[in-house]
Amino acid sequence: MLFIRVCLLTLASLTMFNVNASPVETYVFKDDVSQKRYQSLVKELRCPKCQNQNLADSNSQIAVDLRQEVYEMVELGKADSEIVNFMVERYGEFVLYRPKVSSLTYVLWFGPVVFLLIGVVIVIVMLRRKPKAQEKQELSTEQQDKLNQILKDK
Amino acid sequence: MSKLIRFLPLVLFIALGVVLYRGLFLNPQAMPSAMIGKKLPAFSLTPVKDANVTFTEKDLKGDIVLLNVWGTWCPSCRFEHPYLLDLAKSNRFSLYGLNYDDERELAQEWLDKLGDPYVFSAFDDTGKLTVNLGVFAAPETFVIDHNGIIRKRYAGPIDARIWQKEFEPLIATIEAEKRKGT
Repeated sequence: MLFIRVCLLTLASLTMFNVNASPVETYVFKDDVSQKRYQSLVKELRCPKCQNQNLADSNSQIAVDLRQEVYEMVELGKADSEIVNFMVERYGEFVLYRPKVSSLTYVLWFGPVVFLLIGVVIVIVMLRRKPKAQEKQELSTEQQDKLNQILKDK
Repeated sequence: MSKLIRFLPLVLFIALGVVLYRGLFLNPQAMPSAMIGKKLPAFSLTPVKDANVTFTEKDLKGDIVLLNVWGTWCPSCRFEHPYLLDLAKSNRFSLYGLNYDDERELAQEWLDKLGDPYVFSAFDDTGKLTVNLGVFAAPETFVIDHNGIIRKRYAGPIDARIWQKEFEPLIATIEAEKRKGT
């Protein structure tokens, strides 16, 4: 009995003092869709201050304010693209973790494909060359005689 | 041909080295402002020193306006404060403040104790104007020209050297434009 009580207490304390590092705001959404949209938006938007965190992760004041902005816009029923544009207009393309396809980001978007193609070409060229390299090397009569001699000696 | 190919890895290595070496000297924190060339966003805020009046963007009077974002929680703002007091003496531009995410009493105390370089300082505790300006930290200073267009955003504290390098040429350019009447 005592054991169970101790267990329960430990469990209770674990849940009570559960330290959560991510900042928590208690936003109330009008429906589940809004909440999901908000959550995906703050994950995709980058915090301008702490540059390697998204809005959802960051504790900085500007992230708090921007989460508030995103929340208000989601509740107003604005489209995702409108909210993203709002951010880009103020903070630049930098805030997008998924940058738009433009002449500036072609390398970023198509670089991997180009490298893959280069790799495929190299592999094909090497595979085609291989039979050539494996051509049988004939022994000259002199060498053959020498070989026969060695084998005989054994 | 095959001899040249042997040098290909070396060439690629050198190219990569050059790219990465340049990267060592880039500042990843430096971001261009998306607000350059746009009009100052509309706002309606009270000044730090008086909660009973409201100022809007039309109250930022002056041919050339400097808008300095500051907060009492920001050590670099304290560092640049004496220089702002110096700048405020100039009549080539008007210096306004934008107090960001602060407490009114603390901000008032700051201005009383350290001196007030601003014509007025808008009190933006909810960060509305700050977000609209694309501010991400303090201190930041905006230069707004005689047509109300944002010409520059400088992030970081200003001192005499930064002023000469970053601001003086632009102020001179705007003055020249104004004389030409554009």
